[in-house]
Amino acid sequence: MLLRHTTPKEIDRKALTINPAKTCQPVGAMYAALGLHGCLPHSHGSQGCCSYHRSMLTRHFKEPVMAATSSFTEGASVFGGSANLVQSINTIFSVYNPDVIAAHTTCLSETIGDDMTAIIAKAADDGMIPEGKKVIYCNTPSYVGTHVTGYANQVSAFVKFFSKATLKKKNVVNLVAGWMEPSDMREIKRLAKELEARTILFPDMSDVLDAPLDGKFQMYPAGGTTTADMEATGDSKFTIGIGPYSTEDACITLENKCKVKFEVVDIPIGLKATDRFIMSLSRHANVPVPDAITLERGRLVDLIADSARNLYGKRVALWGDPDTLIPLCEFLVSLDMKPVYVVSGTSGKLFDERMGEILKNIPEAKYKCGERADMFMMHQWIKQEGVDLLIGNTYGKYIARDEDTPFVRFGFPIADRPGHNYMPKTGYQGAANLLVQILNAFLDYEDRTCPEEKVEFQI
Amino acid sequence: MGKTKKIELDKFREAVVGKYPTKVGRKRAKAIINNDPDNIPQIQANIRTVPGIITQRGCTYAGCKGVVLGPTRDIVNITHGPIGCAFYSWLTRRNQTRTESDMEENFIPYAFSTDMQDSNIVFGGEEKLKQAIREAVELFNPKAVAVFSTCPVGLIGDDVHRVAKQMMEEYDNKINIFGFSCEGYRGVSQSAGHHIANNQLYKHLIGRDDSVNGKFKYRVNLLGEYNIGGDAFVLEEMFEKCGIELVATFSGNSTVNSFENAHTADLSMVMCHRSINYVAEMLETSFGIPWIKVNFIGAGATAKALRKAAAYFDDAELKARVEEVIVEEMAKVEVVRNAVIPKTTGKTAMLFVGGSRAHHYQELFNELGVKTLAAGYEFGHRDDYEGRRVIPTIQIDADTRNIEEITVSKDQTRYKERISKERIEALEKEVGFEYNEYAGLMADMEKGALVIDDLSHYEMDKLIEMYKPDIFCAGIKEKYVAQKMGVPLKQLHNYDSGGPYAGFQGAINFYNDIAMMMSTSIWKEMKAPWEREEVIEAVYAS
Repeated sequence: MLLRHTTPKEIDRKALTINPAKTCQPVGAMYAALGLHGCLPHSHGSQGCCSYHRSMLTRHFKEPVMAATSSFTEGASVFGGSANLVQSINTIFSVYNPDVIAAHTTCLSETIGDDMTAIIAKAADDGMIPEGKKVIYCNTPSYVGTHVTGYANQVSAFVKFFSKATLKKKNVVNLVAGWMEPSDMREIKRLAKELEARTILFPDMSDVLDAPLDGKFQMYPAGGTTTADMEATGDSKFTIGIGPYSTEDACITLENKCKVKFEVVDIPIGLKATDRFIMSLSRHANVPVPDAITLERGRLVDLIADSARNLYGKRVALWGDPDTLIPLCEFLVSLDMKPVYVVSGTSGKLFDERMGEILKNIPEAKYKCGERADMFMMHQWIKQEGVDLLIGNTYGKYIARDEDTPFVRFGFPIADRPGHNYMPKTGYQGAANLLVQILNAFLDYEDRTCPEEKVEFQI
Repeated sequence: MGKTKKIELDKFREAVVGKYPTKVGRKRAKAIINNDPDNIPQIQANIRTVPGIITQRGCTYAGCKGVVLGPTRDIVNITHGPIGCAFYSWLTRRNQTRTESDMEENFIPYAFSTDMQDSNIVFGGEEKLKQAIREAVELFNPKAVAVFSTCPVGLIGDDVHRVAKQMMEEYDNKINIFGFSCEGYRGVSQSAGHHIANNQLYKHLIGRDDSVNGKFKYRVNLLGEYNIGGDAFVLEEMFEKCGIELVATFSGNSTVNSFENAHTADLSMVMCHRSINYVAEMLETSFGIPWIKVNFIGAGATAKALRKAAAYFDDAELKARVEEVIVEEMAKVEVVRNAVIPKTTGKTAMLFVGGSRAHHYQELFNELGVKTLAAGYEFGHRDDYEGRRVIPTIQIDADTRNIEEITVSKDQTRYKERISKERIEALEKEVGFEYNEYAGLMADMEKGALVIDDLSHYEMDKLIEMYKPDIFCAGIKEKYVAQKMGVPLKQLHNYDSGGPYAGFQGAINFYNDIAMMMSTSIWKEMKAPWEREEVIEAVYAS
C-alpha cells in the first residue's frame, strides 16, 4: 500500500495539512502571465519559488515555461528587494527583450513588505524600462488563498495596467478565461467563431503552451492575447467572465475602470454549463446560435443516452479547483452519476452554495473547501465508504492504486500523462471527450477484473 | 546534426557576455572558462545569482528537504510555511524506497504542511506548528519528525528548533523531533540547504545506535546517493554480491536507524561530493572513518570504485570476490555496449546538472564514445570544479557567511583509527586511492572544453545554437527548450522516468536509453514536406 497510514478514522485536524488539494498563488500568476503575448513572468522572491513553479507547469504541459526571478539573498530579505528587482528589469530587457514583464510576489517579498509600485517607478526613473515596454505587477502572497487566487490577481492586473476606455464602444464581447487548458481556450474561441461573435479572449495560452516543434525555440510563442487587444477590452460592450473564482476580480476591475458591464458564468464543462455559456455569448454578442452548434449539442446528448447504463448511480470522488469542480459535478449529476466526495483546497462561500444546490438530491454527498480540505481527508472518506471513480490531478493515482479504483485525470497538475493540453474538456466536444474518458476508465476496469465468462465483445 | 563545431571560448563568451548589461557581463565572464586539465584554471562559483538572468537554480529548502531528507522513508517531514513549498517537493524527485515489510513505515507519498495563513504571518506560527506535530504523531505515530523552515519563517521569527525541543519533551523524548533553518533565501542555491541538512543529520541522528549489525565483516557507508530511479537498489545488490555490508546510504532508500548506525562503518564512499562532503568530514573527525570519492556512474568507474574498497580492506578473499563480480558484470555490459556503440560513437554531449552529475555522467558518455563539449553545475563550489586542493583559497562571501558551520571534535569513546597513514600512502600509489580527496570535474575534462557555472537560459540557447550538440543533458525546465530546437535532452535529474543508471546494470540501461535517443526518428520530421526544400540542401552541403 502506498498510503498505508491513511485510515478511515478521522481526527479533528486544526493545523496539519496532508496531501493538499491546492498550491500557492504565484504559480497561478505565472500561468496567467504566459497568456499575454510577448510577456515574461517575473517572480519577485527567492529563486526557489520560480524554479518550482516553472517545473510544475513544465511537468504539466511538457512545454518550455519561461520566467525570471529577483533571486533574493539573505541581505535583500532583511533590507528589501528593491535593488534586485531593478537589476532584474535591466537584465531582462537587455537579454530577453519581452514587450511586458509581469511581476508577481511571493511570501518572502510580501512578508517584508516590498512596495512594488515604488520599485517599478524607480526602475523607470533609472531608465531601466525601454520606450514602449511595460512592467506590470500583482501582489500574490502565498499565505493568502491558493494558486487560483494568484491566477485571478494576475488577470485582474492585465485589466488594471492595459484596459482603456476611449468612449467608442465596439460590438465586441470580452471573454475572460478562467484557469483551464490551452485546448479549452482554443475550443472557446472556436465556439465564438461558430457563433460569429466578435470577442477578445484573455488570457489566452493556446499557441503558447501547446506550441509546435519545428526546430526553433520561441521565447515568446505565437499565441497570447496581444497588448493591443488587451487595451481594447475597455471599449468592448460586455464582458463574460468564465469561472467566477479566477475571473470575477478582473470583470469587476474592468467595470470599475472602463464601465464595461459583465456577467460571470461557469467554465463550460458539460452539457448545462456549455448551454449557459452559449446562451450568454449569443445574448451579449447579439448573434443567433447556428445550427452547427445545435448539432454538436445533439451529438453529445446522443452519446450520453447511449452510455446511461454504464454511468447511472456511480459514486465519484473529485478534487481540484472550484471553477472546474462546480460545472464538472453538475455534469456528472446530469449523467445521473453521484459526486459523493468533493474537495477543494481553495476556500470560498460560492463553492459551498453551488455544491449544495448541485448535490441536493444526493444526501450522502460530502464536500468541503478551504484549509485542510485535503486529499488525505478525502481518502479517509473513501476508506469509510468506497467510490467507483476518481477524478482529479495526478496525485490521485496513489489512491487509485491503493483502492483499485478507476481514475480519470483532470485538473492541475497532470504530470504523468501527455496530451491533455491538446484535448478540450470544455464545450460539447470537450464534454464528449470527458465522457469517453470516464466510460473507458469504467470499461477497461471491467474488462480487466470481471470473471472470464463475463468478458463481453460488445457494449 | 553532423560535424562538431570547434568550441571557441572567446567567440562564445563574447556572444553572451556582450549581450548582458556591462556589470553582469563582467561577472558572468568569470564563470565561463576553457578547461585545461594540466593547469586547472580558476572558475567563479557558489556566488549569488544575477537577478533576472533566468537561472535554473532552486533554493535552500529544496537542497535540504527536497534533496537530503526527502528520501528517508520513516521521518514525517513537515514543511513549516505556506502550502507551495510542501506541494512542489511532493513526489517530484524520484527518490525510490522499498520497505522490507508491508508494516514498515513509508511516508514518502505524503506531503505535510502547516499551510501558513496570513494570521500566522502576523501573529507567528509556532503554536500551529506544535499542533501540526501533535496531529502528525496521532495519525502517523512516527519515530522521527523533521520540521523545515521556509522563507517567511525566518522573517517572522518562528523558532523551529525551540518548538522541536519542546515537542520532544511533550513526548518524553520518545520521538526524535528536530528542525532545519533552511529558509529559501539563505545562501545562493540548493547548496546551503545541503550544508544545513548535513549539520542536523550529525547533531540529531548520526551516532545514536552503537549496535553492529549485518552479515558481512567489511562495512561501508555510501554517501550522497539518493536512489533516483532505483540507483541505490542496484548498488545495494552489488555490495551484497561482493560481500560488503552497506551500513548507511545518505540518503537513498534510507531509514532513521541507518543514519543512527552510520558511525559503525569503516569506510565512507562519497558519490555526490557537493551535497554530503560535510557528513563525510564529520564522520572522519568524530569517529575516524576515512572517506574516498567514488563514482558508480559508468561501468568502468564502478569497477574502479569496487577495487578501491577491496584494496582498502586488504583481504584476498574479498578482492577475489570483487574481481569475480566485475568479470561477470562486465561481460553483460560489454554485450550491450558493443551493440549500441555504432549509434553513439563520435557524437557530442553537453551536461549542465546540479552539483555532481555533470561530472559523473561523462564517464558513461566516454564509454559510449560520446565527447563532452561543455559542462557545468548549477550550484557546485570551486572544489567541485577545481578539486579540494583549492578549498583553503576559497573566500566565503557575505551570502554564505551566515550558513552555520558546526565544530566537530573527536568522539572520546568511539573514535577509532581505521587505517594507518603508511597504509593509506601505499594505497594511494597502488590503486590511485584518493583519501579524503576529490580532484573535481575539470581534471577529467578535455583541454579546451567549455566549463560554465550557473548556466543561464540565454547561455544555453547560444550553446545549442552555436555548437548543435547531439544530446543536451539538464533538467525539466531545460528539456522542452532544447527539444524545440531539435536537440534531444536527457534529464539527468529525473532520468526522464528511466534508470537506474548506477552500477553495471545502470550502465546497461543508460547505453540503451542514449542509443534510443540518438536514433529517434521524429527529429527528421520537424519541417513539413512542403517546407523542407531548404533543409535538404543544407544537409547535403555540409
